[in-house]
Amino acid sequence: MYILRRLTSALPTLFVVVTLSFFLIRLAPGGPFDLEQPLEAKVMENLNRIYKLDRPLIEQYWLYLSHLATGDFGPSFYARDFTVAELLARGLPVSITIGGLALLLALAIGIVLGTVAAFRQNQPADYSVMVFATFGITIPTFVVAPVLQIVFGLMLAWLPVGGWNNGHVRNLILPVIALALPQVAVVARMIRASMIEALRSNHIRTLRSQGLPRSTIAIHALRGAMLPVVSYMGPAAAALLTGSVVIETIFGLPGVGRYFVEGALNRDYTLVMGTVVMVAVFVLVFNLIVDILYALLDPRVRYDT
Amino acid sequence: MSDVLAQPVPVGRSLWADARIRLFRNKAAVTSLFFLIFMGVISIAGPWFSPHQYERVYTEYVRVPASLTAYPKPEQIAPAVERIAARVRAQIETQQVIGGSVRVTLVSPRIIDERNLAFFGRSDLFQGANVVERADEGRKLVIDAPIRWSTFLFGTDGNGRDLFTRTLIAGRVSLAIGLLATGVALLIGVAYGATAGYLGGRIDIVMMRIVDILYALPFIFFVIMLVVFFGRNFILMFLAVGAIEWLDMARIVRGQTLSIKRQEYVQAAEALGVTSNGILRRHIIPNTLGPVVVYMTLLVPKVILLESFLSFLGLGVQEPMTSWGVLISDGARNIQNAEWLLFFPALFLVTTLFALNFLGDGLRDALDPKDR
Repeated sequence: MYILRRLTSALPTLFVVVTLSFFLIRLAPGGPFDLEQPLEAKVMENLNRIYKLDRPLIEQYWLYLSHLATGDFGPSFYARDFTVAELLARGLPVSITIGGLALLLALAIGIVLGTVAAFRQNQPADYSVMVFATFGITIPTFVVAPVLQIVFGLMLAWLPVGGWNNGHVRNLILPVIALALPQVAVVARMIRASMIEALRSNHIRTLRSQGLPRSTIAIHALRGAMLPVVSYMGPAAAALLTGSVVIETIFGLPGVGRYFVEGALNRDYTLVMGTVVMVAVFVLVFNLIVDILYALLDPRVRYDT
Repeated sequence: MSDVLAQPVPVGRSLWADARIRLFRNKAAVTSLFFLIFMGVISIAGPWFSPHQYERVYTEYVRVPASLTAYPKPEQIAPAVERIAARVRAQIETQQVIGGSVRVTLVSPRIIDERNLAFFGRSDLFQGANVVERADEGRKLVIDAPIRWSTFLFGTDGNGRDLFTRTLIAGRVSLAIGLLATGVALLIGVAYGATAGYLGGRIDIVMMRIVDILYALPFIFFVIMLVVFFGRNFILMFLAVGAIEWLDMARIVRGQTLSIKRQEYVQAAEALGVTSNGILRRHIIPNTLGPVVVYMTLLVPKVILLESFLSFLGLGVQEPMTSWGVLISDGARNIQNAEWLLFFPALFLVTTLFALNFLGDGLRDALDPKDR
C-alpha cells in the first residue's frame, strides 16, 4: 500500500520533469534535420510534416504526453528506422550489467575498506585507505579508464581493451572497475565516518565490554553506519545503472549513457525525452527503495505517515 | 589600582579566529592551502615568463617527449639541415656542429640563391644563417647557422605546442571556471536559502518545492542543454553551471537559517524594528557562512571535474584555448605513443583537486562546532 502511494505521489514530479525538459529542448536553437548542407525547403517541410514538427508546440506537447501515457516513446529522429523504445531496450541491458556490477563491487569493497579504516582509526591502515579514497574521488574516470586499458589491455594483454562482445566476462572487468572506483572511494569514506561514530555509541560499547569478536561488533555497528550510505546510494545507483557516457565512449560499449549527449547534440527530441523519462523513473524508484531500506535498517523510521 | 588596569583585558576569540587557529594546526590543510596559492600564482604569472606562447606551433617539434635539456637533440640536427638543403636545392658536402651553431658546406651545380637561406631562420631549430665563405662564384657556400635552443619541460603536443605553457594556461582557465561557477552558486544559493529559511511558512514551502523539482531533472541533461544554448562561450556557460549548482547550497543555508532565526539576537533585532532585509544581511547570512565555506571548497573541484568532463565530450573550452580537461582528453587519446600528454595535465589537475579536498576537510574540522 505504502509503495503504491509513494509511486503515485512521484507521478507529479515525473510530469513536471517531462514538461520542463520538453520545452527546454524545444527552446534550443536548431532542429533534428539540420545538416551541414541545408536540406531543400520542400524536403524539410515534408519531414517536419511527417514528424508533426510543424504543429503548434502545445499540440506537439499534448501528442507526446498522450503517447507517453500509453508507453510509446515515439520514433528516433536521428537513428532512422528505430523507435526510442527499441534503442533503450537495446542499450539498457548493457548499462545495467556494467552499472549493477560496479554498484555491487563498490558496496562490497567500500564497506570492507571503510570498516577496516574505522577500526584502525589514525593508524597506517586508516591513512592508506583515506589516501586511496581521496585518489579515487579526485582522479577523473577518463584518466583511470585509458590507463587501465594500456596496462591490462596492451602492456599485459590480459583483457580486451574494449567492446561489448555480448557481455563476455573478460570484456566487463575493466569498465566495471573504472566505473566502480570513485564509488568505492565515496562509500569507504562515508562508512569510515559513520562507523567511527557508531563505534562510540552505547550499544556497541556494551558489545565490546562483553568481549565479542571484532567481526560481530562490525556487523552490529554496520547496521547503523549504513544509513548515510543507503541515502547516498539511491541517486548514485540510478546514475550508475543508466549508463556512463565516459565509460561507454572509452570502452566502446553500446549502452544508453551516450544517448543523452548524442540526442541533445543531434536535437533528437524523442530520444532525449525518452532518456530523461528513463533516468527520472530510475531516480524515483531508487529513492523509494532507499526509503524502504531505511525503515528496515532503522526501526525508528516508520513509514506509516 | 594601576596594577589592575595594566593587566590585559581577556580577549574573547571569535568563531573565525578560533577556526583559523584550528585550521593552521592541521598540517595537511595548510600544505594544501599553500599549494593552491602556488598553483594559482604559477597559472596566472607562469605563461608571461614562459619562453613559449601557448598557441605557438613548432612544426619541427611535434610530440617531442618531456625533457630537461634543450632541444634540438644532436641527432635531430643533421636531418633538419638535410631538409633545408633540399629546399635550398643544394647538396651538403660537410656539416659539423661547433659550439652553439652548425657549420655547413653547401654545393650545387648552379649558383645557390642566397635568399633561400632564409629557410634556416624559419626553421624551429636555427636562428638564421650567415654565409662565412663563398667559392666557385656562389656554387659553394660555407654557412654558419646558430642553433635555436628551446626547452620543452613537459614536451609538446600533437600540433607541436609547448605543453608546459599550455598546462599553465589551462590551469588559469580551469581555476577561473571553478571559482566563477562556485561564486555564482554561492550568491544564488545563499540568497535563496536564507530568504526561504527566514521568511518560512508558505513561501518557504513553495521555494523549496521548486528546488526539489530542479533536483529531479537529470543534471547532465541540464548541462548539455546549456552547452547547446550558449554554444562555445564558456564563461557564460559556467555562469550557467553555477546557476545550477546552487541547489545544495540553498538547502544547506536554509537549514542553518531555520536554527539561527530562533536565536535571541535575531529576536532582539526584530524587536528593535530592523527590516527583514537588514536582519538577513547583518545576522543570518554571516552566521551561515561556516558550512557554506566548507561546501564551497568541495564545490570548486566538482566544477573543475565537470568542466573536464564536458571537455572530454568535446563540449568544453575550444582550441586554441585550453583547460586541464581538454589537455587530459587529448592525452588520453595519445596515451599509447605520448604518455606525457596525459601525465602532466593529469598531475596538475589531480594535485589541485587533492589539495582542495584536504583544505575542505580541514575547514570542516575547523568550523565544525560539534567536536570542540
